[in-house]
Amino acid sequence: MALPFISEINGRKKSAGKQQRMKPIEAKNVNVYYGDNHVLKDVDITIKENSVTAFIGPSGCGKSTFLRTLNRMNDYIDGFRKKGKVYIDGKEIYEKKVRVEELRRKVGMVFQKPNPFPKSIFENVAYGLKIHGIDNKYEINETVEKSLKQAALWNEVKDKLDKPALSLSGGQQQRLCIARTLAVKPSIILMDEPASALDPISTAKIEELITELKEKYTIVIVTHNMQQASRISDRTAFFYLGELVEYGKTSEMFTNPKEKQTENYITGRFG
Amino acid sequence: MSNVKRNRNIDTAFKYVGIFFTFFGIAILLIFLINILIDGLTRIDWEFLTNLPSRRASKAGILTAWTGTAWILGLTCIIAIPIGVAAGIYLQEYGRKNRLARIIELNIANLAGVPSIIYGLLGLEIFVRIMNLGGSLLAGALTLSLLILPVIIVATREALKAVPNSLREASYGMGATKWQTIWHQILPAASGGILTGIILALSRAVGETAPLIVIGALAYVPFVADSPMDEFTVLPIQIFNWVSRPQEEFLTNGAAAIIILLLITFVMNGIAVYLRNKWQKKISW
Repeated sequence: MALPFISEINGRKKSAGKQQRMKPIEAKNVNVYYGDNHVLKDVDITIKENSVTAFIGPSGCGKSTFLRTLNRMNDYIDGFRKKGKVYIDGKEIYEKKVRVEELRRKVGMVFQKPNPFPKSIFENVAYGLKIHGIDNKYEINETVEKSLKQAALWNEVKDKLDKPALSLSGGQQQRLCIARTLAVKPSIILMDEPASALDPISTAKIEELITELKEKYTIVIVTHNMQQASRISDRTAFFYLGELVEYGKTSEMFTNPKEKQTENYITGRFG
Repeated sequence: MSNVKRNRNIDTAFKYVGIFFTFFGIAILLIFLINILIDGLTRIDWEFLTNLPSRRASKAGILTAWTGTAWILGLTCIIAIPIGVAAGIYLQEYGRKNRLARIIELNIANLAGVPSIIYGLLGLEIFVRIMNLGGSLLAGALTLSLLILPVIIVATREALKAVPNSLREASYGMGATKWQTIWHQILPAASGGILTGIILALSRAVGETAPLIVIGALAYVPFVADSPMDEFTVLPIQIFNWVSRPQEEFLTNGAAAIIILLLITFVMNGIAVYLRNKWQKKISW
């Protein structure tokens, strides 16, 4: 299987000095419909690389839908239609010639509820390598260990890699899901409320992990937790009723929001 | 106060009525089983299993019948399982959920309830006459495959439906194709349910008589089939033939053959239960 993105990822790392020019994610006039339901309205956003961008907003505001538009996870939903352009590293991802499998390899995803495969811990992380045609045992072992270390899970599971993933605690399962995503070497990681099903200690671990991971990856996180957004994100986007109301540096947005709606939401007056 | 008491009385009454009917059903089944065992058990020996049919009851055996049943079962497996499972996968995982899909779904559910003799007539016209297969094992297996296909398709779809969507998303999210997701994640997770459905469908096929009689299966076959094009008989037809004879000895033979048939269906159902439990234990969300 040809892997055009690998060379791109390597190339990107080498040119890390020229960060300003890179636009890992750029959306232009994105409109999304589910049947007759207009869920995203003219969303325009450019997300910076090697940073954490938080999407906030009340339930049903379209933030998760937009996140899933970025790696085409909405494709399987009946009635899904999209207008506008989404560029990942400068390429329109909804063009016909784009192979969605390669896109999702490059734009990994972590879901709200930990969803490890009902297999062993090892197999969970090795799965992504297997499906992308890597069958060199040495390379697989190496990548599994590296990914688990990156996800800060290695020390907890190194002696029980053949145990079922479902025997882990919720927080460990979620870190396993992050390790699984890292194993296929993405450059962007989308996280859909990754800590909302976890206890405070597990949440703190995930947040610490996200802060570490942004050194190497571009991270976009949807969260309902305003404190979480302010703790871990560099930039924040506030969605309301399908529109991107405000987008800017987290530090500025939480202290001095430009829009009245944003202020009302982050001060807890609604939502 | 009186109201509470009345409600409690109704509650207790219903409990005893329920217990009565439960044991009533079990008792009827037990009486039938014991009756059959008394009639037939002494008749079962090695000779009974290995003898060809005969006009003399004491010499008659069920070799052709049970080998015929085994042939039919094997051929039906080969034909019905791939088609049924593949159709189930397509309808559940690939097919769009539009009006046509709903019509197909409704029709498959209805087909599962069509009387088996109708399938026999269909088999007679298509397989025996148009495809010119005659009253062969192949024609019989094709007919029974038609009969159990709806059951396998519905069971496959139900098993796939029970696999949580989060598992599909996890796999797609890693960049897996649809087929990789189905093959590596969804089918293993659903295999317990699919296997259970297949085995229950097959155990229904084992007991079918009417469609096979319609397509021309014979009651008297003096040789063991060695190709799918051979003529055949199966256990239920042999039983039907024996119990409709006036001689007492043949009735005993019939009872003995019923025990063998029951044994086969019990074993198959037992395997289905075992597989279901095994998979349920292995996978829990």
